[in-house]
Amino acid sequence: MAAPAGTIDSAAGPRETSRRVGERCLVLWFPGWPVTAWALSEGQDAARPVAVVSANRIVACSPAASTEGVATGQRRREAQSRCPNLLVLPADEARDNREFAQVVECVERLAPGVQVIRPGACALRARGLSGYVGSEAEAAEVLLEAVVVALGPTSGRVGVADGMFTALQAAYVADPVYIVPAGSAAGFLAPLPVSRLGDATLTILLPRLGVHTLGDFAALDAGAVRDRFGQQGLRLHTLASGQDPSLVQPQVPPPELTRQLDFEPPLTLVDQVAFTSRAMVEDFIAGLTAAGLACTELRIELTGELDELVARTWLTPGVFEPAAVVDRIRWQLQAAGGQLGSGIVSVRLEPVAVDALVNHVPGLFGSGTDERVHHVLSRVQAMLGHEGVLTPRIGGGRWLAERQVLVPWGDRPVLVTPADRPWPGRVPDPLPAVVFAAPQPVQLHDADGEPVLLDDRGQLSGRPSVFRFGEERLQVAAWAGPWAIDERAWDPERHRNASRFQVVDDAGTAWLLVLQAGRWWAEARYD
Amino acid sequence: MTLAELPRTELLARLRAQVAVKEARIRQTPFPVHPELAALLPDGGLKPGSAYSLTGAGALLLALLAEPSREGYWCGVVGMPDFGAEAAAHAGVDLDRLALVPDPAEQWLATTAALLEAVPIVAVRPAGRVGEGEAAKLMSRLRDREAVLLVDGPWPRADAQLSVSRLSWSGVGAGFGYLTSREVTVTVSSRRSPLRRSVRLVLPTPEGRLTAAAAVAETGTILRAVG
Repeated sequence: MAAPAGTIDSAAGPRETSRRVGERCLVLWFPGWPVTAWALSEGQDAARPVAVVSANRIVACSPAASTEGVATGQRRREAQSRCPNLLVLPADEARDNREFAQVVECVERLAPGVQVIRPGACALRARGLSGYVGSEAEAAEVLLEAVVVALGPTSGRVGVADGMFTALQAAYVADPVYIVPAGSAAGFLAPLPVSRLGDATLTILLPRLGVHTLGDFAALDAGAVRDRFGQQGLRLHTLASGQDPSLVQPQVPPPELTRQLDFEPPLTLVDQVAFTSRAMVEDFIAGLTAAGLACTELRIELTGELDELVARTWLTPGVFEPAAVVDRIRWQLQAAGGQLGSGIVSVRLEPVAVDALVNHVPGLFGSGTDERVHHVLSRVQAMLGHEGVLTPRIGGGRWLAERQVLVPWGDRPVLVTPADRPWPGRVPDPLPAVVFAAPQPVQLHDADGEPVLLDDRGQLSGRPSVFRFGEERLQVAAWAGPWAIDERAWDPERHRNASRFQVVDDAGTAWLLVLQAGRWWAEARYD
Repeated sequence: MTLAELPRTELLARLRAQVAVKEARIRQTPFPVHPELAALLPDGGLKPGSAYSLTGAGALLLALLAEPSREGYWCGVVGMPDFGAEAAAHAGVDLDRLALVPDPAEQWLATTAALLEAVPIVAVRPAGRVGEGEAAKLMSRLRDREAVLLVDGPWPRADAQLSVSRLSWSGVGAGFGYLTSREVTVTVSSRRSPLRRSVRLVLPTPEGRLTAAAAVAETGTILRAVG
């Protein structure tokens, strides 16, 4: 079964490639791109001898360096011995890509559908641009000129040929433009060495077999090549004979989902900004909906007149609707009141996380309870502000108020202190039902009316007898303590040394009191 | 294409509305409470559409929230900035289905009304005196949504008043021990049954829950003896 299938494959392959021959391809190549990228990003001069080194081998060098005898593939030591004042740089792929993106952008302005081969080389279909400017040679000149005008590097080369591989080989020999006429790709490629195929195995094996040039390789029988070198060998054989099976695959720009609104003159009132942004927000959500997306995480950037930037990422357990986004713009402005000393000049919305809209369409049998709860809580949040509706989480810590972490509805809980640690010194069960958000000042006196204090040895100055909480004056029926808490002695900012007491008053209510630095506080009440 | 779709979306909307109406009618049985409290309450649970007034909320409120929360209902707590969330978790309240609105200030009534739309159990501490009119409005919303309101403080149209009295803590003496559990008397007086009913409960137990008084009475005395 397998053998006939293979035969069909091999028969189909060349036929398909031959059909594609005739697709004229233009390749723009920058020799030694890593050096150019470095010069562009650092604002340096690439005219001096510079080389980029990766794994101790030269991968790119400036023309000045190559005149001194530096070449790619050399060891660093060897290159430095040939050119003592060589500036050696480490390779940085991110920089190469980043800088090349500008070139691609520049080319895309003239002709759409650019395909990046690697940083430093990109391909596009030659037909559109050459048809527009008149000829392929002129199209190449226009491209090179555009890059020089926009970015500066003059080292660009252009090759035009049938197929991407041939065009790239043409760019390698171009100065600055080389055009291989249609149909003569095989003739152009024939004298080139087999190493141009870029395949390590073939580069070594073929010369041993007496095959030194692409022409020699192309002259071999396709069937024999496939038997010896497999599908990969057959593909390279097709390339060597000037029939390039790969088409230029244009990169599709992602749909523009981000929205920005500029205010002229700058707006100073929160409501003004919120009201004016409404149309933009609706457009933003409509854009997402049109793309079949629902936004679940959103970044809002507000820019002030003095160039202050207030950015924040907002989450929602559901989907952002226009009104919810406007609310968040308002909350962010209110929260940033102190940071923004001037009017707002622009608002920018960017979807951070999106989900397929299909997952968020209400079902037939009503929306689930949680969905309804979410709507209601979001509505209350819209009334009271982002911090108005909270969900509690239990974190770690020794103080009750510190252990209950209150997270605004919709936000991702961040527990600074893990709950699953022993936390020696925390309050034993049962826990008080009333925990004061901020400790309340109280007073504790002994029978003589003197304040009860703790001496250095942990002894109380008297028996607690009277307890004052605000206006209330209560008798102490029972008490226990002290339990010392001495935490974070290593951190002068957060160091806390205090003693806890439990006090039951004559009405039967129990209190959790804290004595710190001679003052009494109520931490919680066992209500 | 669009013409064919229009009636269908309309149809869907109508079906949805009908289903919503049906869903709203399903809940007729009272929300569950702890068996010890169920014996006291007129309907054996928290009746949908009614309000309960609590005096001395704290642990009693947590105990009332715990059972419905365990059953999967959402709970809301309005106007209680000092709500002990960890004690609530120990009492059995599921924090994943608990929403706190600690400080609604003068908007507490609007907030409570909004929450009642989807949250079946809402506890509220009114900020200031509650007028008859305000209470009546909220009660009609309550009946419409078949939710339950637990009020910390007096409420003009409460179905029942629950109060906690005769508190006695065990485990702590004059300078020794630590609080272990508390015995209380919970009294319920209702508009419908003139008789006050009360029961002696342990609230909270050392684990922070609720049980009948006899069950842990012994442990209390043992602790005293050791102290």
